Amino acid sequence: MLSKRIIPCLDVKDGRTVKGVNFVDLRDAGDPVELAWQYSQQGADELVFLDIAATHEKRKTTLDMVKAVARQVNIPFTIGGGISELKDAEALLNAGADKISINSAAVRRPELINELANAFGVQFVVVAVDTKHLPHGDFVHLNGGRIPTEIQTQHWIKEAESRGAGEILLTSMDKDGTKSGFDYILLKEINDRVTIPVIASGGAGNEQDFIDVFQKSDVDAALAASVFHYGEILIPELKALLKQNNIAVRI
Amino acid sequence: MIGIVNYGAGNIFSLTSALERLNIQYGMINQESDFDLYEKIIIPGVGHAGTAMQKLTESGLVPAIKALKKPVLGICVGMQLITSYSEEGNSDLLDIIPVKTLRFKEEVSHKVPHMGWNQIYPENDSPIFSKIAPGTYFYFVHSYFIEFNPKFTAATCNYGIKFSAGIQKDNFYAVQFHPEKSGEAGEQLLKNFANL
Repeated sequence: MLSKRIIPCLDVKDGRTVKGVNFVDLRDAGDPVELAWQYSQQGADELVFLDIAATHEKRKTTLDMVKAVARQVNIPFTIGGGISELKDAEALLNAGADKISINSAAVRRPELINELANAFGVQFVVVAVDTKHLPHGDFVHLNGGRIPTEIQTQHWIKEAESRGAGEILLTSMDKDGTKSGFDYILLKEINDRVTIPVIASGGAGNEQDFIDVFQKSDVDAALAASVFHYGEILIPELKALLKQNNIAVRI
Repeated sequence: MIGIVNYGAGNIFSLTSALERLNIQYGMINQESDFDLYEKIIIPGVGHAGTAMQKLTESGLVPAIKALKKPVLGICVGMQLITSYSEEGNSDLLDIIPVKTLRFKEEVSHKVPHMGWNQIYPENDSPIFSKIAPGTYFYFVHSYFIEFNPKFTAATCNYGIKFSAGIQKDNFYAVQFHPEKSGEAGEQLLKNFANL
């Protein structure tokens, strides 16, 4: 049976991981390779790296990091941040990235999804969507949730799918950072509408939140950052608990 | 030493990295005479099977591949190339193992691509699945699958339908998942191939 995936997300800047990471046996919490390796040993199914300060000048630093991760880590990983052209994506593919994640660039120029899917295959293209509830519906937001658009989240996701997105990474900006659980209702609504995998993001606070997101919305994967980095949730324990709750996980 | 058929179908950095982690020596096959340099051959591949077949044909390596008596391992689209035919682009392929590559039917309950970790069940005692227990998880990313065949299937996987996660005929082996991305299980499979 296809397992549900647990995905730690790492923010990187200038080729180094940022945000506090609190692993006891870590020699260098800023080293993305060591962190990625640790997570792969703990049973993470996949990793996402978000380059939070991606610029053209710093592209080479990111590529060096991607290569270093690909050399050492035996699970798939996705790179997001600052990808707006085919050549950005191609360089990441050649450096060993399994997938790339695009967000604002796809909203600004949706044809980018078609171009990437045609050039590298749909499996390579993750479309990340930041969404917020507003009184008149759910709307796509840009730049980490700061800039609202008039694009309805549900419509945008269907469009992204039809243009060649291979996967949707849906972050609820209402939930992100609150540790109050994932947005099960919206996730279920989206998950029921598409025939590509959906990754839930935003709101993970405890182990029950992961049980709930899989049981209530049936998404394919759940992503979180701080609960893993600070050791509040340990992946082996989380997966054992998911399994006890009859959720298919790789152990 | 393993030779990797270098015909321009996708990135092989992850594959060569995995071989390096396992201390398995490898080199690239760019022309027919290069086949003599290696004891075993890997045919990698990602993307569109029809396009990959076209590139392989243009490389001029097809007759030499078909004539190989050394162990050969096809990975992902490299596996599909070894079959007769793919529904992707309605393409005729190498026809080394007489099975077909078909498209998954899209359903909300079984999304396409089939992406993620799924369990495999070895069949027919194929040596590349040695020391790999039934139910072991491997990492898959694909929209087309190779039909189950009682004779040639070396491992099965279920995704709405039972399909071939691995196939074998004589010295030709192939796997649909990505061993280079499948954690320790994938490393075991690469070691099994290297030790054939």
